[in-house]
Amino acid sequence: MHPSLLLMASSETILTVEKLRVGFDHQVVIDDLSFEVHKGDCLAVIGPNGAGKTVLLKALLDLVPHEGEIRWSQGARLGYVPQKVAADRQQPIRLIDLLAAKAAVRHLPPEDIATVTAEVGLAPQALKNSVGHLSGGQFQKALIAFALLGRPNVLLFDEPTASLDELAEEHTYDLLHQLQQEKGMTVILVSHDLSVVYRYATQVLCLSKVKMCVGPPKELLTPAMLEELYGGPSKFYRHIHDD
Amino acid sequence: MHQGQILLLLLALCFALAAGLIGCFALMKRMLLASDVISHLALPGLGAAFLMKVNPLYGGAVTLFLGTYLVWQLQKKTGMATDASIGVVFAAALAIGAAVTPRGDLIDALFGGLQDVNWLGFVLGAAGSAIVVVAVFLMKDRLTLSTFSTELAASSGIRVDRLDLAYLLIFSLTVLIGLRFMGALLASSLIILPAAAARQFAGRLSLFFAISAAISVVSILAGFFLNTFLFHLSTIAPVTVMFAALVFAASLAVRRAW
Repeated sequence: MHPSLLLMASSETILTVEKLRVGFDHQVVIDDLSFEVHKGDCLAVIGPNGAGKTVLLKALLDLVPHEGEIRWSQGARLGYVPQKVAADRQQPIRLIDLLAAKAAVRHLPPEDIATVTAEVGLAPQALKNSVGHLSGGQFQKALIAFALLGRPNVLLFDEPTASLDELAEEHTYDLLHQLQQEKGMTVILVSHDLSVVYRYATQVLCLSKVKMCVGPPKELLTPAMLEELYGGPSKFYRHIHDD
Repeated sequence: MHQGQILLLLLALCFALAAGLIGCFALMKRMLLASDVISHLALPGLGAAFLMKVNPLYGGAVTLFLGTYLVWQLQKKTGMATDASIGVVFAAALAIGAAVTPRGDLIDALFGGLQDVNWLGFVLGAAGSAIVVVAVFLMKDRLTLSTFSTELAASSGIRVDRLDLAYLLIFSLTVLIGLRFMGALLASSLIILPAAAARQFAGRLSLFFAISAAISVVSILAGFFLNTFLFHLSTIAPVTVMFAALVFAASLAVRRAW
């Protein structure tokens, strides 16, 4: 392929957000937010608590009412891994029941279930376990498998490792990175862990009451910028260098 | 047994099957108690129909479905939890029902004494039960996803608010079919008890549905025959519910022994 064609392909816009505004009960959470995401990007959304990171993901998925424009390019198929799902042990739902239900709702072939379980590295026996009794790491993988069902080309990931130990966290990010690299997936990731953002993100979106900005991590993640964003002395900066 | 009794038994069995199935999702959605009071939404209609000397079930149907729709709207528009919105509508319905129902008919309305089943009543009831069973079967996957997580359901393309309304409506339809023999107070007990008992054994959904439906059907059979040949009460409801409660107690004991 001609190099200029390659450049064009890689810079194809998959998501355009213009003047997005989201509010609940007369309180504005996100106001006048505009940005673009290109195919194959890994966009990390960072910012202090309450800045609206989760709300942004939900708006992108059309799960919350919003004003302004959110345009996904044609052929964008979204997979969503939420921040937390409180699995209820009262429910006799096995992992296979959950994945089969999604496959049925989306009219997917049943063999896709085995494919996504293998992709996230879950043993086939885990399918027969009740969702409420999976370990933290298995549950996270199950949620990713759920998101991958339906062959998405965009993954929206909300704090994927909040409840995991370090090893499981490492596995999750490796998996994420692998999906992005091997399948050319576009990833939109909310994360508190700036070392992760620094390592994996190709673009960063800062979200806070005082500031909104988009750019490559090397340009944006400076001590001054982080101090402004988080409104305090930047321990995050040291964190990056510790890594 | 005369024809009326046979029709009553057959209709009760149809109701039991629908109730056993619908109860499984009520249990998983943690709305068993909240849904218990949905049956009370029928009371103002039953009372008004008694006053106007028309078939009480028609009146009950009107306020039951209106109340259900109101519950859903409250929940959707104000973001109230299902139990809160049901609680509010329930309290109002009970007060109106108590005010309008003639004293002599109140006991029938509350505990079910409308046992004269004619062919029309039977056909309507059986068709209603069939609708519930088919609807549960068709909505099983969407209900499973939304029960697990409304967000994941919505992100999978499911219109969760519409699904909630559909579920509430078939729930109310089940209650309506049961009103005749179970009354406004006990109509939902066959939705609650079999599902609660089945949950003690079932580790998977298909088994959960099957055991719950089976316990519900057996409870009606036991209630009908024990009442007809032993207790001779004016309604089969108390014996049926006591039997279902015993099955639940037994299920707990067996589970512990395991």
